[in-house]
Amino acid sequence: MAQASPRSTVEAAVKPISRRPASSAPWPLNLYASAVGKKWVMAITGVIGMGFITMHMLGNLKIYLGAEELNHYAEGLRTFGAPFVPREGILWMLRSILVVALVLHVHAAFSLWSANRRARPVAYASQRDYIAANWASRTMKWTGPIILLFILMHLMDLTFGTWNKDFISGNVYHNVVALFTQLPKVIVYLIANIALGIHLWHGAWSLFQSMGVNNPYLNALRRVFATAFALAIVAGNVSFPIAVYLGIVS
Amino acid sequence: MELNAHIPEGPIETLWDNHRFNMKLVNPANKRRFNVIVIGTGLAGAAAAATMGELGYNVTAFTYHDSPRRAHSIAAQGGINAAKNYSNDGDSVHRLFYDTVKGGDFRSREANVYRLAQTSVSIIDQCVAQGVPFAREYGGSLENRSFGGVQVSRTFYARGQTGQQLLLGAYQALMRQVDAGTVRLVPRTEMLDVVVVDGRAQGVVVRDLVTGEVSSHSAHAVVLATGGYGNVYYLSTNAKKSNATAAWRAHRRGAAFANACFTQIHPTCIPASGENQSKLTLMSESLRNDGRIWVPKDNNDTRSADQIPEAERDYYLERRYPSFGNLVPRDVASRAAKREVDEGRGVGPLKNGVYLDFAESIGRLGRNEIFERYGNLFEMYERITGEDPFEMPMRIYPATHYTMGGLWVDYNLQSSIPGLFVGGEANFSDHGANRLGASALMQGLADGYFVLPATLGDYLAGLLGTKPAGTDAAEFKEAEASVADQTKRYLSTNGKHSVDYFHKELGKIVWDKIGMARDKAGLESALRDIPALRQDFERDVKVLGSADSMNDSLEKAFRVADFFELAELMARDALNREESCGGHFRVEHQTEDGEAERDDENFSYVGAWEWNGPGQAQTLHKEELTFNYVHPAQRSYK
Amino acid sequence: MNFTLKVWRQSGPDVKGSFETYQATGISEDMSFLEVLDVVNEDLIEQGIEPVAFDHDCREGICGSCGMMINGQAHGPGTRTATCQLHMRTFKDGDSITVEPWRAAAFTLVKDLTVNRSALDRIVESGGFISVSTGAAPEANLIPVPKVVADAAMDAAECIGCGACVAACPNGAAQLFTAAKMQHLNLLPQGQSERYQRAERMVETMEEFFGSCTNHGECQFACPKGISIDVIAYMNRDYMSAKVKNRKLSGQS
Repeated sequence: MAQASPRSTVEAAVKPISRRPASSAPWPLNLYASAVGKKWVMAITGVIGMGFITMHMLGNLKIYLGAEELNHYAEGLRTFGAPFVPREGILWMLRSILVVALVLHVHAAFSLWSANRRARPVAYASQRDYIAANWASRTMKWTGPIILLFILMHLMDLTFGTWNKDFISGNVYHNVVALFTQLPKVIVYLIANIALGIHLWHGAWSLFQSMGVNNPYLNALRRVFATAFALAIVAGNVSFPIAVYLGIVS
Repeated sequence: MELNAHIPEGPIETLWDNHRFNMKLVNPANKRRFNVIVIGTGLAGAAAAATMGELGYNVTAFTYHDSPRRAHSIAAQGGINAAKNYSNDGDSVHRLFYDTVKGGDFRSREANVYRLAQTSVSIIDQCVAQGVPFAREYGGSLENRSFGGVQVSRTFYARGQTGQQLLLGAYQALMRQVDAGTVRLVPRTEMLDVVVVDGRAQGVVVRDLVTGEVSSHSAHAVVLATGGYGNVYYLSTNAKKSNATAAWRAHRRGAAFANACFTQIHPTCIPASGENQSKLTLMSESLRNDGRIWVPKDNNDTRSADQIPEAERDYYLERRYPSFGNLVPRDVASRAAKREVDEGRGVGPLKNGVYLDFAESIGRLGRNEIFERYGNLFEMYERITGEDPFEMPMRIYPATHYTMGGLWVDYNLQSSIPGLFVGGEANFSDHGANRLGASALMQGLADGYFVLPATLGDYLAGLLGTKPAGTDAAEFKEAEASVADQTKRYLSTNGKHSVDYFHKELGKIVWDKIGMARDKAGLESALRDIPALRQDFERDVKVLGSADSMNDSLEKAFRVADFFELAELMARDALNREESCGGHFRVEHQTEDGEAERDDENFSYVGAWEWNGPGQAQTLHKEELTFNYVHPAQRSYK
Repeated sequence: MNFTLKVWRQSGPDVKGSFETYQATGISEDMSFLEVLDVVNEDLIEQGIEPVAFDHDCREGICGSCGMMINGQAHGPGTRTATCQLHMRTFKDGDSITVEPWRAAAFTLVKDLTVNRSALDRIVESGGFISVSTGAAPEANLIPVPKVVADAAMDAAECIGCGACVAACPNGAAQLFTAAKMQHLNLLPQGQSERYQRAERMVETMEEFFGSCTNHGECQFACPKGISIDVIAYMNRDYMSAKVKNRKLSGQS
């Protein structure tokens, strides 16, 4: 344990960048106080997000089965669990889990990002030549905020309808078609989904490391999984605006 | 000066146990009243500091590195010997003792060596418990291999990085004590003087290598574990910073310096590639287990190794030493290589090496097995030379590697200054005239973990209730002033040549005259040339920068100045020793077929030299050696 | 061979630094990068300019003293190579080479290319050891260690503490260093007693000084010993266990 007073001039020249996480804090706050703990939280909330994104994409595929199927599925989400719970009861429970996960994911990311900036206050004066760090891993700090803004826009577009001129509450099929006949929206959604794909490609691999899932027999599959997952999500998601815009779905 | 080795009476098997029983003890509450300074945090220093911290003494450890983990012990590759007899091949404490005395060409002290062999067993236990990842058999038990100069497999190893792993073990033990508050660690600080007050070593003067501040520190006892002086040759396998300054300053304050001419030339190093070579890299001796050494039979053979047919190769070690073959001791292997190269059969672009060939072992054991055993060494070789040893034989040549000589110590590892203890390569004690492979790590750790903590306790017990001299004592002030004075002198000389220039020049003289083969005329000329070069150095050295910031040239100037005086002593010692033994080969004293000829009648002693002041020749004191258990015989590895 | 070296010069931590350009001429391809710096320094001394300060010692890739950013890569181009093992045959004649010190908050600059890496010692001090005092060790062969375990521990233990992982990491994180030491000990049977305490203390000390891991993987390529980021995953697992496991039961297998 680093001592209160430095014992040599060499030691004295180095100042800590963060306070020591308080081990005495109640569980799980003590865990969240540390960066490794925050990475666990990011991984777990990331898995929750990935589950949501998967279900969201799969559900939306019903758009290809027609308006009735899609609207029926949307209604099913609202009535899920009835009559044991009130209408939209389960939905709001799931939504609150998602909100909490999102808030934690963003908070952890932001606090790690700011600590990492403190850890390297003086940048290299010469050009870095990265070997392993790829475009995806180094742009998490940009794809993250893009996705966050996208989520807000997406809610305004298709959940609250505030930003959708022709919004009809409850008629999902109609709302989607109305939205994606506008080219600018299509482009924004495409860009956002590509950002999401990049974010997922690194995140879906990274979470294994963060959670200590490492087994020589399976390690190669982690990348395969992340690539396949990111591709599938992006392919599914971008197909909707394109299909609508091209008139395949109308 | 009276040299008393303080060897206890009795049968050799019980000497150490009885001695330990007879030592005075310090009770736990009193231990923290004693301050001990440890200089150097390599194997011996870190182990001693850690162990004394565990015992409860107040330890301050100084190292000139930025971390104890960088000490040069880390570079030892091959392994560490221990008389565990896990291989069931007839090993025992007595055999390790016998091999070490014989390997040292009967110039070591039997009692010390026996203790070393006894302690070796506990070292392995200790290191395994610390988590040193020694090589294992599939069944999970420890694996052993054989090493030069012996016929049993008693060497424990961790890939080709045994020294690293053992040092990290000692470093970790040390850091545990730093955390516990028993050891204060002071990195980037170099010792520049020992302070003797009332006839006892009571402190040191050090220089902070970052701020340049010179300060005094007092203690009840001082331990030097500062390594050997191989860098006197400039080109050696030692790390660039390895130096003899701490030991030499102790010598100048009255500690006898013993057997300075006993230096070991390691047979398997990568030959120099050119003028700007800054150091030589060792390839572990363990390579000789599976590699065969040869040169072309024809002096003018310029074909590449794979083009030379079997019949035109001379496997000269196997030819001349059929029973030990490629595993003859280091000194024998080195001189044999020198002979081949001197006679013009050297290989490589500069014709300055011999081949070490793995083709046969690769054929017998398979590429994978060889990779498993020596993979990292092969990689290292390829990185340096650009050649792959799987395809082309390695080129090797001897280089200075280890110095058996050092500060004279008694059985308790106490130098001729009371209160000044010396451990590891810095002392002269256990290897005689030649060290066997994988024995340096053993000695460093034996001294550090087991011997020094015990013998220091005995010394300290006698000082109970006393305080060490204050750092305001005149002796401390005088030492500080002398350091300041020397600093000022170097910074103001403003001559023509860098420190490295002089170091290289010195190295050439020492390598030519006090290297693998020495003769009277050469040594006498060295005794003229070295002081002359030293005068040039004092007059003409150029040290830039200031005294109050990091200044590499200034650090080197201090070290090289001491190397000059040390080199002179090496020549003097070599000239005095009119015999060939171990690493000391006097051309005048060899058998008809070129083997070393020892003179037990006249030279069976430790040559300990007493400082008489700058520019004065030292006085020789002889500690006669007696051999009651291993009877001196001509070493034969045929 | 001839090279143009752009070397970072800074006389102290609180002074502004800058690149200086030096020529290195007559270099042989068999020379190491540090030997080129030696040549440059000898020239500088000749000209009366203070030589470049850089840490170095064993010059065979094991002590971990040397280390600098060479053309934007920690220890320069090439994998599993420390700066002292970087030979000039890696470069082309006439190349311009930029040399800069490690940069991280914890690696405060001492002078020129020399930095202070003592924070790494603080991490080891906080738990990078097995608590066994001299004399307390049992017979060495008492506990068998499966060969694969000993090998894995050795893979991690090879770390030379040079700090390249921190230097290369975009976040200035010391995860590879910390995890390598921790896993060397946590993988071995001898290290089990303190396993979770070690994980907790080492991680938390690390975080006082260094950034966090975002799984770039840059460190393992910069590492002169090629230590794999697998150890970081193991560390994350051990840290979580340290926080959730009922340690009273750690004696049970």
